[in-house]
Amino acid sequence: MILMSRRRLIGVGGAAAGGLLLAGCDNLASDDKLARIVRSAEDASRGFQRFAGRDALAREFSRADMSPVFKVNGTREPVDADYQALKAGNFADWRLTVNGLVANPLSLSLAQLRAMPARTQITRHDCVEGWSAIGEWTGPQLASVLMAAGMQTRARYIVFRCADDYGGEVSKGGPQSTARYYESIDMIDAFHPQTILATMMNGAPLSIGHGAPLRLRVERQLGYKHAKYLMAIDVVDSLAGYGSGHGGYWEDRGYEWYAGI
Amino acid sequence: MALMQPADTPPAVAPGAPYLFHRHALAVRVTHWINAIAIFFLLMTGLNIFNAYPMLQWGQYGASPDAAQAWLQIGSSGDAGFVRIGDLRITTTGILGLSDSKAGAPQAIAYPHWATFPSYRDLATARNFHFFFAWVLVVNGLVYLAYGLFSGHFRRDLAPSAAELAPANIANDVAAHARLRFPRGEDARHYHILQKLAYGGVIFLLIPGMIFTGLAMSPGMNAAWPLLIEATGGRASARSLHWIFANLLILFIIVHLLMVLLAGPWNEIRSMITGRFRIDPAKPEVAP
Repeated sequence: MILMSRRRLIGVGGAAAGGLLLAGCDNLASDDKLARIVRSAEDASRGFQRFAGRDALAREFSRADMSPVFKVNGTREPVDADYQALKAGNFADWRLTVNGLVANPLSLSLAQLRAMPARTQITRHDCVEGWSAIGEWTGPQLASVLMAAGMQTRARYIVFRCADDYGGEVSKGGPQSTARYYESIDMIDAFHPQTILATMMNGAPLSIGHGAPLRLRVERQLGYKHAKYLMAIDVVDSLAGYGSGHGGYWEDRGYEWYAGI
Repeated sequence: MALMQPADTPPAVAPGAPYLFHRHALAVRVTHWINAIAIFFLLMTGLNIFNAYPMLQWGQYGASPDAAQAWLQIGSSGDAGFVRIGDLRITTTGILGLSDSKAGAPQAIAYPHWATFPSYRDLATARNFHFFFAWVLVVNGLVYLAYGLFSGHFRRDLAPSAAELAPANIANDVAAHARLRFPRGEDARHYHILQKLAYGGVIFLLIPGMIFTGLAMSPGMNAAWPLLIEATGGRASARSLHWIFANLLILFIIVHLLMVLLAGPWNEIRSMITGRFRIDPAKPEVAP
């Protein structure tokens, strides 16, 4: 008799737990408290990756390893009139502004950026979706530009503002989210030798699809961190003033700010 | 009351009477269930993540422009879903490639809503949960490994002896399983060779393999530890291996649950919850 009641107890309990789990799954996905706990794993991943190889270089490949076709993803071409006018002038009037917590705010032309010492690297681009492609990128190191601007000691993050509107999804991004693409990184990645402002891809000027005239390469992180169509770099001590404050267009929509995994 | 006897040594009951013995240590039971929950979420979020790019390639890179090189693709054309493995194309409408959403509308999606977490496309949420439970899996796994090494659990319960590894013994166990004949009586107090190989394989090969190939896909980790990408043969290969290992894990879980059902679900499940397993010496190995 004891066994029977136990059996029944375990059976009923098991069925109830199973049913609850299956029916309640999507509720778990939208539970804010649980989301905070689950997202704490991002700090663990970042901490571990910084511990395992804070200054490690992403693997560099040879030209023979390159993808025959490097897929264009995200915005294919910004539709803004401002961007279209710059494109019509072959980006001669385009300027990259460097502002915020700096001693000397900068306004750099494409020619000035191209005249700076450049780094060329053949690296793998890992999209958050799961695909990857290998391409060659050339441009000055972000560190050289930041040194020229002279950062204040309060500086903690570099924010990249872009020319493209990636569109709504406000419902997911929160009321403060913006359709404008933006990204941000910390100083460890900003001063990493492979973090460059690419003016060229595969030996040619950057195409519109890949972010002309300038895009960020922040190897060791996923594709959405590599902001295209750069217009401005802000040196800041907080990400609160941008979008919903999570540090990027996709970050405002639930993706990790630290995208090393 | 005799049934409640928590004896590990010969029971203080009449010979031949059923008794409960302490089969699973608390550490094993707790880590087993934490592991089960973690793997449940890891598999379902993993399928959601796969849905964002439903093909697999070998080598350093792989993207949809190279779809012809994909050795596996789950897709749809028109109102048919398919799985393509190399040149072999299997129609899987309703399950893979094309299936009804939770709301009932047909949608082109690799894995159906009931197999993924969340049940709808949400790469951001799936990834957040995936990496959270990956940490749970790793920490829980390290606790279990430390316990297994220091308590003697691995040596005592899981390590196969030379005699057990003899082909004749393995063949016997395979034949017994094929006839659904499971150990009875005192013989059920320890794992037999197929159980040892299956559990050992999952604990020491499959789960570490999942973690290794998972880390190999991380651009941050494969920069820090280049061995990850060298050993797997590239990022696209690491993703393929991660998927293959996940399928082996699903296969293990199906067989594992089936065996629990066939061997006596109440006794088996109770032993993993309370630790106690019922031995009935009066029922020796039954001839069919």
